[in-house]
Amino acid sequence: MIATLKLSARNLMRYRRRTLLTAGLITIGVVAMLLFVSAAGSFKNVMIGQITDSMLGHLQVHRRGYVASVDNLPLNLNIGVKMVERVKAELASEPAIAATSVRLKLGAMFSNYNETTSIRLNGIDPDAEDAAAPGLRTRITDGGRDGALVAPGQLLIPELIARGMKVKVGDTVVLVATNRDGSVNGKNFTVRGILEPITGPGGRDGYLHTDDARELLRMDEPEAMEIAIRLHDLGRLDAVQESLAGKLDKLLNKEGKPMLELHSWKQLSPFANIASMIDLMTLFIRIMLVAIVLVSVMNVMLMAVYERIREIGTLAAIGTPPRRILGLYVGEGLLLGLLGAAIGVALSLGVVALLNVWPLQFPFGRQIITLQPVVSVAEVVTVALLVIGMAVLASLQPAWRASRMDPIQALRHV
Amino acid sequence: MALIEARGISRIYRTGDVEVAALRDVSLTVAAREFVAFVGPSGSGKSTLLNLVGCLDHPSSGTLSVMGTDVARLDRSAAAAFRGEHLGFVFQEFNLVPVLSAYENVEYPLLMVRTWPAEKRRAQVMKLLDAVGMADQALKRPDQLSGGQKQRVAVARALVSQPQLVLADEPTANLDHDSAHKVLALMKRLRDEFGTTFVFSTHDPKIMEVAERMFVLEDGRLVREERPS
Repeated sequence: MIATLKLSARNLMRYRRRTLLTAGLITIGVVAMLLFVSAAGSFKNVMIGQITDSMLGHLQVHRRGYVASVDNLPLNLNIGVKMVERVKAELASEPAIAATSVRLKLGAMFSNYNETTSIRLNGIDPDAEDAAAPGLRTRITDGGRDGALVAPGQLLIPELIARGMKVKVGDTVVLVATNRDGSVNGKNFTVRGILEPITGPGGRDGYLHTDDARELLRMDEPEAMEIAIRLHDLGRLDAVQESLAGKLDKLLNKEGKPMLELHSWKQLSPFANIASMIDLMTLFIRIMLVAIVLVSVMNVMLMAVYERIREIGTLAAIGTPPRRILGLYVGEGLLLGLLGAAIGVALSLGVVALLNVWPLQFPFGRQIITLQPVVSVAEVVTVALLVIGMAVLASLQPAWRASRMDPIQALRHV
Repeated sequence: MALIEARGISRIYRTGDVEVAALRDVSLTVAAREFVAFVGPSGSGKSTLLNLVGCLDHPSSGTLSVMGTDVARLDRSAAAAFRGEHLGFVFQEFNLVPVLSAYENVEYPLLMVRTWPAEKRRAQVMKLLDAVGMADQALKRPDQLSGGQKQRVAVARALVSQPQLVLADEPTANLDHDSAHKVLALMKRLRDEFGTTFVFSTHDPKIMEVAERMFVLEDGRLVREERPS
């Protein structure tokens, strides 16, 4: 085996320029693949991080039917206080959960005393929200990011409303909300901060203290519309969701039917579709890489067989078993794949390291996305194995042809 | 027991409806340790006969036994194994692997066909290179050697796996007269030294005289057997 590989290596070195060109082509494919995967993965991770850390959380619990009518922010699909406690108890028993935040969501009229507009609001416990959505604080563009997210009597408002209503930090505004019974209530607030908008549902919501939300809605007990959950490890999302959904399904309403539903960020944000498209594009890039490797290696191997027909005849005549001749040529393909993959992986890791020293930034809507690509060991191993496997596959046909050659015909070849 | 025993062997090639008989009804025997030549003009069938004896081709009819094995019955893999085990080949155009040194070319059959330990392999290769007078050129590549030197390396390669029979197809055709005689003298000496049977083909009258026995072929038929004086 090693002797055969040594001979294969020597044969490759016989045509140094061609070998280097082919390995170079494979290298370009590997670099393109790994850089695309790492850059796309970085973009995906930045976006997912932004969406989950500063707004959605990783999972959300709602009363059944709430998500379907979330645009109306219905007040009659609350989770009652007893049920909230039961849910909290279930969540507390799940070690994969890092934090939870109980939210009271409402729609209200926002007035600066001159003009009025509508606003979507989240009533939060600042400490719990900070733990479940630590990125929310980073969206505060004006008003300072230190201290409590929001204290009673304070309001975090989205930038669009601040600009449209010409409201600054420290200004007093009025919120007027209609409660479940249809009666109207109003309350003065001080603007504590301005929030940068982000893509997706809730990206333009304001925030107030949960006590203020209850007061506005004349809610006696601490009910909830939404419980946001943050996991220790986002990679365990599907497993935790499955386990948690099973537990929550056992919490029944008065009719004996499951009362709650659990959604992951993927089910709540349209960015999940973009993430799926990125994965699809990665698949196509992989297919292109496979095509590059297949065509280049097969081309070189066919040339190698054609140019060395007499040599193959000699090898066969002196008694080299067909499988050894096959191995000799497959070995050349294998080494080409190894060489291209090794150089490609090394180059890619170098470029990724440089991109982490000098990160790329580009605008995405109103946001500036900073790409800090990371290549996982699993991705490197997958791409390397894919390239090497394809190189071996591409050399199989020429190698088979060589191993089946009639020695007499081959020896006569001019 | 005869080393080679052919009984009425023919080789007919078919191209569409056309049949060409390259060899017709040839019968012969060659004993061990003989130094034999198949002689005749171009197209007489000597290379075809060598190919049949060398298990590179199958006779269309007749029986052919080499070292007691009915070689006509061997399939592709079995024929390759038989060649690797029992036969050595020397070619008209040397057919050394150009990327390998003289040493590596001689070593090659041991790597690909046998599984000898490295020390034994090395000793055997050096023994053969020494026997053909090429030990001092062991590290040279074929393109750094003369025609005569290449053929000596090729003879060493043919003998390295200790075959009982070496088949040489026009081994001197690409050599000058002096080199040709030196190579044949070498082959004869190696026959004496290693007890290997040599069968070679030639159309050169001066070369055929070196053989101890020769089979003369014309138009695919064995016309006579001679023992040069």
